[in-house]
Amino acid sequence: MKAIIATTIFGIIMMFTSVMVSNKKSVAAIAVALFAVLLGVNIFELYTWNHAATPGPQLCYGMLTLDHTNLWFNTLMTGCTLLYALLMTKEIQKVGAYVAEYFALIFFILCGLYLLSSFNNLLMLFIGIEILSIPQYILAGSDKRNLKSSEASLKYFLMGSFTTGILLMGITLIYGAARSFNTADLVAILHTDTLNPLALAGIMFLMIALAFKVSAAPMHMWTPDVYDGSPTPFTAYMSTIVKAAAFFAFLRLFKDAFGNLSDHWRLVMAVITAATLLVGNITAVFQQSVKRMLAYSSIAQAGFMLFAILASNSKSWDSIILYGVAYSVATIGMFAVLVKLKDYTYDGFNGLAKKEPLLAFAATIFLFSLAGIPLTGGFMAKYYVLLAVVQQGSLLWLVIFALLMAAVSVYYYFRVIMAMYFKPGEAELNSPVSATDKMLLLVTCLVVILLGVLPQLVLG
Amino acid sequence: MVLLLLILIPLLTGILSFALKGDGVKTLALISSMATLAVSGYVSGANFTAPLAYNHDWIPAIGTSISLIADGMSSMLCLLTGIVVMVVMIANSNKETPNAGPFYGFMLLAQAGLMGVFLASDALLFYVFWELALIPVYFLCSSWGDEKRIAVTFKFFIYTFLGSLMMLAGLIFLVMQMPEGHISYAWTDIVATGKSLAPGVQQWLFWLFFIAFAIKMPIFPFHTWQPDAYEQSPTPVTIILSALMVKMGLFAVLRWLLPVLPAGVAYWSDTVIVLSVIGIVYASLIAIVQTDIKRLIAYSSIAHMGLMSAVAFTHSSVGMHGIMVQMFNHGINITGMWLIVSMIENRWGTRDMGKLGGMATSAPQMAIALVIISLANIALPLTNGFVGEFMLFNGLFRADTTGHIVVMVVAGLGVILGAVYTLNMVQKAAYGEVTKMVISKDLSVNEYAGLAIIISLVIFLGVYPKPLLDLTADIASAIVK
Repeated sequence: MKAIIATTIFGIIMMFTSVMVSNKKSVAAIAVALFAVLLGVNIFELYTWNHAATPGPQLCYGMLTLDHTNLWFNTLMTGCTLLYALLMTKEIQKVGAYVAEYFALIFFILCGLYLLSSFNNLLMLFIGIEILSIPQYILAGSDKRNLKSSEASLKYFLMGSFTTGILLMGITLIYGAARSFNTADLVAILHTDTLNPLALAGIMFLMIALAFKVSAAPMHMWTPDVYDGSPTPFTAYMSTIVKAAAFFAFLRLFKDAFGNLSDHWRLVMAVITAATLLVGNITAVFQQSVKRMLAYSSIAQAGFMLFAILASNSKSWDSIILYGVAYSVATIGMFAVLVKLKDYTYDGFNGLAKKEPLLAFAATIFLFSLAGIPLTGGFMAKYYVLLAVVQQGSLLWLVIFALLMAAVSVYYYFRVIMAMYFKPGEAELNSPVSATDKMLLLVTCLVVILLGVLPQLVLG
Repeated sequence: MVLLLLILIPLLTGILSFALKGDGVKTLALISSMATLAVSGYVSGANFTAPLAYNHDWIPAIGTSISLIADGMSSMLCLLTGIVVMVVMIANSNKETPNAGPFYGFMLLAQAGLMGVFLASDALLFYVFWELALIPVYFLCSSWGDEKRIAVTFKFFIYTFLGSLMMLAGLIFLVMQMPEGHISYAWTDIVATGKSLAPGVQQWLFWLFFIAFAIKMPIFPFHTWQPDAYEQSPTPVTIILSALMVKMGLFAVLRWLLPVLPAGVAYWSDTVIVLSVIGIVYASLIAIVQTDIKRLIAYSSIAHMGLMSAVAFTHSSVGMHGIMVQMFNHGINITGMWLIVSMIENRWGTRDMGKLGGMATSAPQMAIALVIISLANIALPLTNGFVGEFMLFNGLFRADTTGHIVVMVVAGLGVILGAVYTLNMVQKAAYGEVTKMVISKDLSVNEYAGLAIIISLVIFLGVYPKPLLDLTADIASAIVK
């Protein structure tokens, strides 16, 4: 609760900063400091919770519940945001004139994230998703001189509002069947044998709406255009931390509220998962721009994260947290390398290893992680989600399919490595890479490797 | 702790190599490889009294630990790795490699990965090393190889990566069959769980593991990456690939497949034997028509590995013992072959047999080395190749079905064909018209040293194979049981 209040206040502070401070650099420095404070608040809340009694405190008339898992998730995601802010501060300053507002919007996104991780009530889910999404519509269009950015914003907004309607419809139907918004009541009232068709329809609507938010096929159509069109630093945020938050909410809803109805939705979910893996991976192979490839890769990675929801068992929380963190860190790192380059196509990476060995090395580690090579976070994350779903049994065909798709993903991730290391060329940089940037990239690499060697560090 | 050194020495010196420039790298790599060899010698020696083991927690939540064990097979393969890498370093020490720091760095990292694979007695750890051994080789081939290197290496990488993922799926499935809350990747637990599975389950699970190992060995029809990869890689890397990495596949079959899924193995063993034998004949026939020496040896390697994999599935203890011996000897012999090929290529700038000839006159020492190693390659008595091959055929012969006699005859055909193409190569390269080859320098000191190690092993183990046989006797009979 402290974090929710803090991030809102910080967001408002940032908005005032735009009036008081004119220097972009100072604005960014203030924002980074506030992110650090926010991380401190999260850690403080986590630490004090440990000494409180279980079950966790109920807030807002029982509409939010804090427990160790979601406080931990909040802390990790705030940590990732801090890392993101550090890596991207220069690039965010380049996007446009309203730097303070951009940071304010990110604080509001975090507010949505905190609500989503702890909701206990469908209304809070709705509010959380809206608070998470609306700042993103603005960020997507923040590069006003760029037509593609405006297109991304409009597209995202239209599709997003449409999905909001579907989400509301789903919530309404559920309410009609169970006469409650509370997840605890839903578990008590909705039973497999006497399931109201209204509730079933509601579950499907909710599934469609959330699948849209996590860009699962066939609700993924907006993703490539929005991610490609948005300013790169914001794409990095949208495709990582925001996505992890949406997944956390997705899992919370389907495991905690609809977990014992899983026979009704598991098959549909399995088909969505298979489709997401197929579309994401196969389409990514044909991309010429690395940014667009990363957009499709984020769809493909979503396919793996869906496994955690599909499993909905004791291992799901661990796997979604680990996957969320590992994927976010590696992708943010990859985007941090990408924004340094002038040309976003594969050819733009040609010969980067000769020119900037450290940049190329960092990118290689991030790509290894995304491809799931052992001793990187990505491997452990994939391993945990597969473990969760195999424990569920009966879905082994999907596991093998997913692994085939992981082999396909090696193709497009390694194309970047091949361009950097084996192809002759002069990769052009936007600006010289500073020592601070290098240090930060190295730290990010270290985090990626640490996640792969000692995943228990983030598993509480 | 000693076992950990086998991985840590090459790993740390490998990382250090990236930072170094010039001749310092070569010296560092040479010293590192010697130190590793010394440790592996000690480990092998310890095997006769009490086998070394190491155990440390890693990720308790998923039941995996850093546990290493050096039984007869592991220490034999570590010894082989130590010897081969050191010989490569010695033979390479007068050559100028562009960008030497990363080159030697990756070589040593590959060695660390290989040591890990051979020592791991925890399935997840094994998987991690299995993948890690591949990454440095990927970079080595792609950066320092021939013209078509990038595409060829990529094919190789995707191929083996796909296989590894299948193995991962199999492992996860296997571990999930353990009682709730008791997940463990320890070798003993994996074996116990695997054995207890219903035969029907073992039968399909077999393929998840087998494909991974078959691609690595490689067994026909999973071999298509291999000749190209051998041909396009720089020779030191080809040696790592053919002398050591293919052993990973066979080793994995012996350690992680035969004991784990006995019913699955029993069901499919005929199929695998037939595939292996097809591979032997097929590869031998193709080898005969090759004109590029490197490709010829690549195909001959497929034939040799085919024989070993066929015997691995016959369930005979003599055969199993033969595989152990032959794994070592094949590694030694093929290293010698590649060394000579690389010397030929350096001196005369071609690997085309049609353009070679008269080496015996222009570089007699080299020609003698080539003859000895070729004879070992075709398993002439009193060379090391003979001991292993004899035991392998003995194993095939002892198998009780009549089918195996047919198999043995066909496999024997492979050996005869092997003599045809190997001797043909020797004749064309070492003898023939002198005019085709310009007189060139004979062996330099370091080349001499490298080949001397190989040849003395060839003859010593041919005359007195007892140390090698003793080292691997227990483990061979344990696997068959």
